[in-house]
Amino acid sequence: MLGAIIALVFGAIAAGVKWSDASWTPKLALDLEGGTQIVLRAVSATTPTSTQMNQAIDVMRQRVDASGVAEAEITTQGSNLIVVGLPGKPSEDTLKLVKTSAQMEFRPVLAEAAPTPTTDDATASPSATPTADATAGASGDATTEPTTEPTSEPTSEPTESATAEPTPAATTSTKAAPDNASDSDYYVTPAVQEQFDKLDCTDQKNLTGGVNGDADKAFVTCQQQGLAKYILGPVEVEGKHIASATSGLNTLQNGQVGNEWIVQLKFDKTGTSQFSDVTERLYTEESPKNQFGIVLDGLVVSAPSVNGVIPNGEAEISGSFTRESAASLANQLNFGSLPMAFEVQSEEQISATLGADQLQKGMLAGLIGLILVVLYSLLQYRTLGLLTVGSLVVAAVLTYGTITLLSWGMGYRLSLPGVTGLIVAIGITADSFIVYFERIRDELREGRTLGTAVERGWSRAKRTILASDAVNLLAAAVLLKLAVGGVKGFAFTLGLTTIIDVLVVFMFTHPMMELLARTKFFSQGHRLSGLDPRRLGVPGTRYVGRGKVVTGPRSSSDGMPDAPGDDVPDAAPTRTPVPATVGGVSTAGMTIAERRAAQRAAQAEQERGAASEADESAAADAATDDDASGRTDGSEH
Amino acid sequence: MAAGFAQWGNDLYTGRRSYDIVGRRRIWYSISAVLVVISCILLVKPGLNPGIEFKGGSQFIVSNIDTSQQQLAIDTVKSVQPDESPEVTKLGSDSLRIQTAELTDDQVQDVKQALMTSFDVSEDDVATAFIGPTWGKDISQKAIKGILVFLLFVTVVMTIYFRNWRMAIAGLVALFHDLIITVGVYAAVGWEVTPATVIGFLTILGYSIYDTVVVFDKVRENTADTLDQSRFTYAEKANLAVNQTLVRSINTSVVALLPVSAILFVGAAILGAGTLRDIALALFVGMLIGTFSSIFLATPLEVTLREREPAIRDHTRKVLAARGASGTEGVDEQELAGVVRSAGQLRPGAHQGQGAQPKKRKK
Repeated sequence: MLGAIIALVFGAIAAGVKWSDASWTPKLALDLEGGTQIVLRAVSATTPTSTQMNQAIDVMRQRVDASGVAEAEITTQGSNLIVVGLPGKPSEDTLKLVKTSAQMEFRPVLAEAAPTPTTDDATASPSATPTADATAGASGDATTEPTTEPTSEPTSEPTESATAEPTPAATTSTKAAPDNASDSDYYVTPAVQEQFDKLDCTDQKNLTGGVNGDADKAFVTCQQQGLAKYILGPVEVEGKHIASATSGLNTLQNGQVGNEWIVQLKFDKTGTSQFSDVTERLYTEESPKNQFGIVLDGLVVSAPSVNGVIPNGEAEISGSFTRESAASLANQLNFGSLPMAFEVQSEEQISATLGADQLQKGMLAGLIGLILVVLYSLLQYRTLGLLTVGSLVVAAVLTYGTITLLSWGMGYRLSLPGVTGLIVAIGITADSFIVYFERIRDELREGRTLGTAVERGWSRAKRTILASDAVNLLAAAVLLKLAVGGVKGFAFTLGLTTIIDVLVVFMFTHPMMELLARTKFFSQGHRLSGLDPRRLGVPGTRYVGRGKVVTGPRSSSDGMPDAPGDDVPDAAPTRTPVPATVGGVSTAGMTIAERRAAQRAAQAEQERGAASEADESAAADAATDDDASGRTDGSEH
Repeated sequence: MAAGFAQWGNDLYTGRRSYDIVGRRRIWYSISAVLVVISCILLVKPGLNPGIEFKGGSQFIVSNIDTSQQQLAIDTVKSVQPDESPEVTKLGSDSLRIQTAELTDDQVQDVKQALMTSFDVSEDDVATAFIGPTWGKDISQKAIKGILVFLLFVTVVMTIYFRNWRMAIAGLVALFHDLIITVGVYAAVGWEVTPATVIGFLTILGYSIYDTVVVFDKVRENTADTLDQSRFTYAEKANLAVNQTLVRSINTSVVALLPVSAILFVGAAILGAGTLRDIALALFVGMLIGTFSSIFLATPLEVTLREREPAIRDHTRKVLAARGASGTEGVDEQELAGVVRSAGQLRPGAHQGQGAQPKKRKK
């Protein structure tokens, strides 16, 4: 059973190594591998939700990946911390990327085109001053909009009947100042046009996002998935003016719920008036200039067209959304609306050599500790100590396998506190075996045969092991849930080894013990077995089942063949009673005559003694009588 | 030696040799109280030495150098930032850690350059870090929250498992005792308190409760039928339980302490300041105290609490009175109550062998 688990774990790793990017060694955390760790704290009025934090992480990961840093490790910790781990020595620029907070903006679309670079100038006039018409025409021709794109033709419907306002003045060719944000003549300079023409949104390099362009200039960028490219006007509404965004099914005119996924958007007061102005103007523009681009982190998340003026700040984006894409857009909008900035809480560079040094010394310490534990258990439990060692080895193999598997599957990384947790676990794991063995010895002392002793000892040790491991697991779980930083790594290994401890004790140590109990070496209690009944103080003569009585040292002439006589010190102690603190007389092993003599002596003493002393020996007397009766209404049952 | 130890274990189990741990509880209480008071004083007087994670500041780590040049490091930093009083610590086998107050980015670059020149190392060998003062505070706040939640859970779990809240209370008292003394020792040693130290303290919580649960499990087993018999008092039965688990307790703490002391030794002697050393010291002291408290504090305390229960109190009185009655009359009941005997385990009569039988005289 346990073998199956181990085989499964290592089989999974082997498969991972062969067909995927798993490795035979666990991944190391920054403190061991070296690198830079930045802890960012979200500063916001309200506690950010976990969705918002995850959104922030997605954006951050996109940025870091964009900078070419492989395997950045970005995780949330607690409710408002983000830990960014960058291997090696990241450049200043990369660090800046991580530290700046995400920006969302609404910009009017000036031009839209297919993602590929427009090299041939057949469609559009690449003249120095493209007119609004020309640009629109160009995009109209060039844009073969992919049907897979959910936001390809989204519409923004007014939720209330919007009154179509008169169109603003048509674009004049005044170049000194823009008439409005959609003024292509002003914003689309030759340089911008050239940039737009060259931009290749099918190239992954251009889809990594980055920083939004200047707020009052045109901005050339790609659609998030590289499905289109845009020239956008200056910022009209900032993302922070979004009050909320939700996704859901649309409401039909008769008030029933339709089957189309939409994203609903609400603006705050400033946003409402700004958005109202934008929609008022865009409504009258022609495609593609009737769209506005929602820009998050330098990429267009969505570019819905306006089909009505929206004066009340409640917009509805519809299109061919799926449930997921609608939810994702709503999330992105929410994140952009988040009044959340990040503040660097700590920034730490860890040199790789130092980490390696610590790991090496930590391993050394673990090895020394393991050897000491092995020596001690051999001394204490003789041959039985080997079972402890075996169980520890099994536990170690299983732990290594699990950690390697988890580091591949879950991205777990072994940190120095984690290593410490593993070393500490040696002690706690070994304790389970000690509890078990001591219980077996207790049962042997009761005079049971090894078979029954193992059985009864197990049923009692089981409870203790489970109870104490449950407490340990509880501690690990609480730490894992609430703690931050290195504490988490520690708690994780502690919890993992506790579970493995239970597995090993139940599936390896106990079955092995049962097997061992059947061997002659252990069941007859060889002196080196660690389960020698005579060394455990069992009276020499005992019933061994099947009507047989094994006679002890008292009559060594006809005793067991391997029973040492009285003259062997190891076996002797049972015959030399150590006075107990109570009563001072031990009655075990006395003959009736001897006992009566002792009683008489005690009686005499009692009569002589003072009142207070008398009480004591009398109590002993009472105990003596009970002992003599041989009844066992004692503490064991 | 092992033979002696095994024999000692046997005697403890059978009760032939017994230490009156529960009976002498006043001694243990006062030892614990003294230790706790000393720890509290230590916490105030030298106090804990907060690490950079709790104070905030900038940190430089210079690797691949001769660690004896600590003065050079101080001088270098002072040459760039005359007002600074940098703290220099040996880290690992070939690194120095230099901590200063918070510096600006430019200042950090300056100091880094200066260190590179002074120690003649490349840029890769000088690592810098900036730690905001709130970082450590966050960690410790989380830790305290964690402790409170953990204690709540543990109380509930122990109360359910032992079906007795008094055991949970005794366990918690022992836990606080362990924690305070460990923190006190840490203050006395004067090592920096880092997040690693906090981890160590948190682990002690788990370990202390773990140890106490194992001992209490035996106490529960032994005392389950206390009220159904009239030979031993509750205290005596609990005492026997403690004695019977003594060997287990010693073995366990030795086994648990061996790896920890290996880390402590390697950490303190070879590595210098760092995660390993900080965790190991906290664990070493905590485990030692945890073993002590589970035997000498938790169980006696539990007995003290249980003896307040009317049923247990009546039973104790009855048992002692019965004992008194069989002895000389007129013994003050008060005096009896004070006498707690350690009781031996009852052992079934054993077959004494053919040789013990009366022999027929041969004519």
